[in-house]
Amino acid sequence: MLKKKMLSRNSKGRFTTYGIVIAAWIIMEIFMRAGLMSSHLEGLLVPMTYYAIVAVALNLCVGILGELSLGHAGFMCVGAFSSALFSLVTDGVMPDGVRFLIALVIGVIVSAIVGFLIGIPVLRLNGDYLAIVTLAFGEIIKNIINAMYLGVDSKGVHISFESQMALNMEPEGKTLINGAMGVTGTPHDANFTIAVILLLLALVVVQNFIDSRDGRAVMSIRDNRIAAESIGIPVTKYKMLAFTISAAIAGMAGVIFSHNIATLQSTSQYFGYNVSIMILVYVVLGGIGSIRGSVIAAVILYLLPELLRGLNKYRMLIYSVVLIAVMIINWAPKAIEKRTAFFDSIRKGMKRNGTA
Amino acid sequence: MALLEVKDLGISFGGLQAVDNFNLSIEKGELYGLIGPNGAGKTTVFNLLTGVYKPTAGKVFLDGTDITGHRTEEINKDGIARTFQNIRLFQQLSVIDNVESALHSFEKYSTFEAMFHCGRYAGAEKKLREKALEILKVFDLDMMSEILSSNLPYGQQRKLEIARAMATEPKLLLLDEPAAGMNPNETAELMDTISLIRDKFDITILLIEHDMKLVSGICEKVTVLNFGKVLAEGETKKVLADPEVIRAYLGDDE
Repeated sequence: MLKKKMLSRNSKGRFTTYGIVIAAWIIMEIFMRAGLMSSHLEGLLVPMTYYAIVAVALNLCVGILGELSLGHAGFMCVGAFSSALFSLVTDGVMPDGVRFLIALVIGVIVSAIVGFLIGIPVLRLNGDYLAIVTLAFGEIIKNIINAMYLGVDSKGVHISFESQMALNMEPEGKTLINGAMGVTGTPHDANFTIAVILLLLALVVVQNFIDSRDGRAVMSIRDNRIAAESIGIPVTKYKMLAFTISAAIAGMAGVIFSHNIATLQSTSQYFGYNVSIMILVYVVLGGIGSIRGSVIAAVILYLLPELLRGLNKYRMLIYSVVLIAVMIINWAPKAIEKRTAFFDSIRKGMKRNGTA
Repeated sequence: MALLEVKDLGISFGGLQAVDNFNLSIEKGELYGLIGPNGAGKTTVFNLLTGVYKPTAGKVFLDGTDITGHRTEEINKDGIARTFQNIRLFQQLSVIDNVESALHSFEKYSTFEAMFHCGRYAGAEKKLREKALEILKVFDLDMMSEILSSNLPYGQQRKLEIARAMATEPKLLLLDEPAAGMNPNETAELMDTISLIRDKFDITILLIEHDMKLVSGICEKVTVLNFGKVLAEGETKKVLADPEVIRAYLGDDE
């Protein structure tokens, strides 16, 4: 009895989410194999998936931990560049699969470390300091990498912030990061299937985490920090843990990003604060604290402006109208009431049909 | 040796001496009241005992060990649990999750096991759940275990807060105005609950309360606090009859 109750409460929702993701993947694959998909749309599938992953990561930070982060694009950036550098250096040295796997681990670990370091001073404080600091971090990391020249030759690694010539490399040396030109020639290891697998991994990790002793501790801190302390929960430790996991998953999305793009540049278009805000929009509209909602919102809201490209002038107008409409449907009490009644009537109807 | 021994405790916020020269000694198993007019510093004493504020003077001993200056979460592990004057539940968690989060240190497993639900996860969670249900049963809350805690009626929320504090298995329980905002029926039920947990868990209780009926009904001893200083202490009946105490509460009869 107890076990059954537990399953229905915690596990059912989780497996529905996995089911939706897998079903979406199968449908997309069928469309692709059958040649029914335009190459434009096909090119959107991987970005769509890694933005869904970052949205899940950010929801862990905003919805579960209750701390606002405006720098998740920065963690993506860290994951993207650290893994791209590894893949570039080891290209041809080892099999593709192994290389990508190691690159993935490196991207995740490096962004986790960066997240941890940022968390040390900020997460001890109460208030919106994390938002301010992560906003600054995202911009700083983007600009530093944008101005950086990095090369490697037989003498070792060369770094410069002036020009490629200032690297003073041997003629046969290899330029890894070419300033604003970015990183070129990263092996194209990631594809839609790998991205979906990693999305599932992110979902498993985050949803399982929420439904565990650690997740309860994190949520109790979110709901009432003072009460959480009073029952012996080490607040700073759990805030750091959740934030580090969130940063690590955002870094994982960055790894897919860098292994799916010909030229990896650290520009505002990819890693600026507006991207962080866009991801936050996915999280808020998908429902703060609702992991499944984040995935669905990320997919719809990423595809929408892209699919509306044909409408050119009216594209952003329609996009913003949709944002407002979604917000009303999600949050307005009257709309929630109508929505619940609607779904209840459908459920009843289905039951009646089932018994008849 | 008293369970809780407070010696010359004091704290000042800038120029304001909120609590001064506070002494308190509670024996094991006692039900002790801390009373006083509004702004006397009662909640400040609780905050000092639980490490929310660091005292600027004095020492606190629990069961003979010095716990002065420990952090809040350490003090909970030392053996003090508390409730709050304004209820502080984890509002977005279910009733049972509120208790389970208080059972945090009882069954441990790693974060990796938490992320992949492997290893010790299943066994530990099952034990936690059973234990939490057991505690809820004592407080008559087990039928509502899946409800969001913020959806409970007021009286039940107070009860749940006590249940959550008791889940950490403290030696000393601090109740900050448990009857605040309750109607007479709820207060009577609360008195039953307090007596019940005292019998069942063999625990020492220190409570702040304004409801004199409750205080005289269940507290064996009281300390009266006024302007941050101890005004009187001793057996409840005697202290409540003390003209000084009556004056502090009702003002001078001029």
